[in-house]
Amino acid sequence: MRVPPFERFYQEQRDEIWAFLVRRLGRDRAEDAFQETFLRALRAYPQLEHGRHLRAWAYTIASNVSLDELRKKRPYTAPAEWLELDEDDGPAYEQLDHLTRDLPPTERAAVVLRYGYDLPYADIGAALGSTADAARQAASSGVRRLRRKELSQ
Amino acid sequence: MTVPTELDTRFRAATTGLVDVAYDFADSPLGPLFVAATERGLCRLSFDAEPEAEEERLARGFGARVLRSPRALDEVRRELDDYFEGRRQAFELPVDLRPVGDFQRAILGRLVQVPYGSVTTYGKLATESGRPRAARAVGMAMNRNPVPIVLPCHRVVGAGGDLVGYGGGLDRKVALLKLEGVQL
Repeated sequence: MRVPPFERFYQEQRDEIWAFLVRRLGRDRAEDAFQETFLRALRAYPQLEHGRHLRAWAYTIASNVSLDELRKKRPYTAPAEWLELDEDDGPAYEQLDHLTRDLPPTERAAVVLRYGYDLPYADIGAALGSTADAARQAASSGVRRLRRKELSQ
Repeated sequence: MTVPTELDTRFRAATTGLVDVAYDFADSPLGPLFVAATERGLCRLSFDAEPEAEEERLARGFGARVLRSPRALDEVRRELDDYFEGRRQAFELPVDLRPVGDFQRAILGRLVQVPYGSVTTYGKLATESGRPRAARAVGMAMNRNPVPIVLPCHRVVGAGGDLVGYGGGLDRKVALLKLEGVQL
């Protein structure tokens, strides 16, 4: 099976890889990771010997890119902004621990692990004895609850 | 989940220098033109293009990294616009004819010497190429011209002055000659 023109490969994989990166990194960080993934694929493309397993190949690159991105441990900005986390007030996880004390336990754990410790949802799911999807839902409903509380104050 | 358009655009623009062939479409009075270029120059222009078939062909000729990348074709679009609006009579774009055979390349090379607004014949081109009896082969070379308009095969007609044929259809040959002011 011959290696297809890169345009074909890109069109076939881009939406799925985008969705994967958004799940792993959140929308903001997924943008740079998306470009990096396909630039890496483009650089490596001439070394491909056949056109089999290209989907798995794309996922492997995207997965490496997102691991690199997560290692940067950039604080997740979206909730930090409106929660007004400030570096001078101590580490994010400590501030979140305080801010989230009224949340139901699972939501609280998911929010602190996600935004305080920057863990991927797969790891949070494992820590909570559930799944990545359940962890994401718990974190986002926790965030919504915090936001409502913030707005009502 | 669909990739946002601006992200797609940003990626395509970032690939300059990393692709074997960049392509895009250019608007023209003859319909959308498929245009493709390597780092060395324009390597394909086609009417009524099937992008997937063109991509395959370009990948075979130049390498598999074929990608639509509009920015890489800006200069090509500019020269074509100038030509169609009558502001340009000769193209300065370099062309990349690497996959083309020697004989065909020699014939195509002769074409640039046929001036804007004039015509020559298949027989004359054959004679000038040192193969006076190869008029049919010249016709074939014109028919397979990878970059029509820029290498002006529309300026080649039959010995009796009839238009004979054109890869993009006779109507387009007529339109190009009229644009250049040739009396038909």
